[in-house]
Amino acid sequence: MARDDYISMRNTSKHFGSVRAVDDVTFDIGEGEFFSLLGASGCGKTTLLRMLAGFEQPTLGNIFLDGQPQAGVPPHHRPVNMVFQNYAIFPHLNVNRNIAYGMRKSGLSKAEIDRRVDEMLDLIKLPGYGARGAHQLSGGQRQRVALARALIKQPKVLLLDEPLGALDKKLREQMQLELRALQRDVGITFVFVTHDQEEAMTMSDRIAVMSLGKVLQIDSPARLYEVPKVKEVADFIGTVNLFEGAIRGREGDSTIVDTEGLGTVRSTASGAEAPEAGPITVAIRPEKFQLTFSQPESTGNMVTGTMQAAAYLGDRSHYYVTVDGRETPIAVAAQNSERQLSVLGQHHERVWLTWTDDSALLLTA
Amino acid sequence: MAVTDSARTVTYGDDVRRTSLLFRVNALFLRHEWIRGYTLLSPTLLVMIMLMCLPVFMLVTYSFWTQNYLDIDRTFTLANYEAFFQKPIYVALIMKSIRMSLFCTFTTLILAYPMAYFIAFKVKSNKLVWLILITVPFWTSYLLRVFAWKVILGYNGVVNSGLISIGVIDEPLQFLLYNPTAVVLTLAHAWAAFAILPIYVSLEKIDRSYLEAATDLGDTPSERFWRVTWPLSLPGVIAAGLLVFIPTVADYVTPRLVGGTTGIMIGNIIQSQFGKANNWPLGAALSVIVMLMIAFLVIVFIVTTTRGRARSA
Repeated sequence: MARDDYISMRNTSKHFGSVRAVDDVTFDIGEGEFFSLLGASGCGKTTLLRMLAGFEQPTLGNIFLDGQPQAGVPPHHRPVNMVFQNYAIFPHLNVNRNIAYGMRKSGLSKAEIDRRVDEMLDLIKLPGYGARGAHQLSGGQRQRVALARALIKQPKVLLLDEPLGALDKKLREQMQLELRALQRDVGITFVFVTHDQEEAMTMSDRIAVMSLGKVLQIDSPARLYEVPKVKEVADFIGTVNLFEGAIRGREGDSTIVDTEGLGTVRSTASGAEAPEAGPITVAIRPEKFQLTFSQPESTGNMVTGTMQAAAYLGDRSHYYVTVDGRETPIAVAAQNSERQLSVLGQHHERVWLTWTDDSALLLTA
Repeated sequence: MAVTDSARTVTYGDDVRRTSLLFRVNALFLRHEWIRGYTLLSPTLLVMIMLMCLPVFMLVTYSFWTQNYLDIDRTFTLANYEAFFQKPIYVALIMKSIRMSLFCTFTTLILAYPMAYFIAFKVKSNKLVWLILITVPFWTSYLLRVFAWKVILGYNGVVNSGLISIGVIDEPLQFLLYNPTAVVLTLAHAWAAFAILPIYVSLEKIDRSYLEAATDLGDTPSERFWRVTWPLSLPGVIAAGLLVFIPTVADYVTPRLVGGTTGIMIGNIIQSQFGKANNWPLGAALSVIVMLMIAFLVIVFIVTTTRGRARSA
């Protein structure tokens, strides 16, 4: 039976001098979960990971792993292993000896360890690479060896510190899928640190968005995107247009909001925690807007403005539309589902934006 | 070539500039990297030839000549080398010198390694201050440092008078000075900085994530040291060992001043051949033999260590 509180942070804090790198964090990670810590650099995600590994001790609070408190347990006694950002493949050992490095105290025979190393080489799709030196490996191969070196120990939790950051885009996307498949195969809990939201969303079951040492929200990728609880999360995950406004009233299950730029907005979006009255922020994702070059026949939410800029990105186009009462242009994204060889939309051309009631999200101002 | 030439014609359309000597020299430098390399090297190369190769050549030549009281007999002879093998004292002295020097190298490395480790891993700020502090002994002359050891180890020296005043011993210890141990101790101190610096550099270069990875994979701090830190610092240790071993084998000042009769080394014999004994050819032959011995040992050492490293890698 997989437990939901396989890893528990309980009021965990880490202070470096006067800096609170991790500030009173409490959450659980489930067994077998692919869990990501996402945030800009300096948000405390790496410190949190290093506390899990044992390289840092929490200043306050505790961390429980499978029910066992981890404070005071040195790294080499913890049932966790780590894949380092730069992989830390030992340069004086070949691939075999790198992978077998942590097996010395396993009590297994030499032959059994050799067999498992070969198994690992198959798993990371590098069979026959055992005799190679560390310097003969490419970035992607090093990353795989680092993975094998950690996985061979069959840790309760595998910690990954931005392991894909050094790879180029194509290889990174391939490794993301492989890593996810690998995690499903071995069934080990992965805790993955990244600043790349796309990477986190591709792989994770759940993501914790961190900022300034605090956890802002923990949710599935879809919920983080569609139902962000705070402005910072909405802003960090993807692009979002934020409109300041005030609640005017309610009609049934929809809320009526007066905004700067969009006029009166009707929202039926659920999930977010917003106040019942007073100032509020309306968040609308760029792709939730429908952009037309003539006035649509619509009775719903609509605003008109002028085209500020248009960018053709191949699969989609980005438009920036200026509306009255708002300084920053509204970002609009449209899929280019049909072939088009010229960018639609002239500078200062008049355009209309429409959106559905449930795409306007209400957030605390 | 045609392309670059025409390109150059465009750039330097002026014919005068193209044919000027300066331009030609510049073009030569641009075109051939090896000329640039040798030009950079030439001052050093000149000094090496003048002050190293020539004297060694003279030394080898001298070793095939014979000394007659005041003048030198320049007919070719192997008599000096025969003399070396006929008198067991020379072979014994060389062996003893190598033994003492090895022991001294070993002592120096053992003393230097913790110091280098401390600066590389434990000193967080102001590493430069520590490195400068290590060189402080070099601010005074080598001779003075050796004399300082005489003062420390002597019959009425610091150690003896200190021990007497706190009542540990009644009479001064005689075995402190004028023996091989005193030579090893003095040399180890004199060469410590030459050992600390290369070891420090090799330790400093070790990526800290290797150490964390080793800990993460279950190593205790001491296991981690022997499995990661030590092998990765070996190049520095080897360099330090050579830097100490090679010059100490033929050192003659320290054994002369603190070695007494038992601490005498081959360097002292060679020095006396060029001095009091006034037999330059024999001294030259002894020098050549010591040089070859050291070269042989160093080559064997380097080959075995690099082979060993290649195997383990």
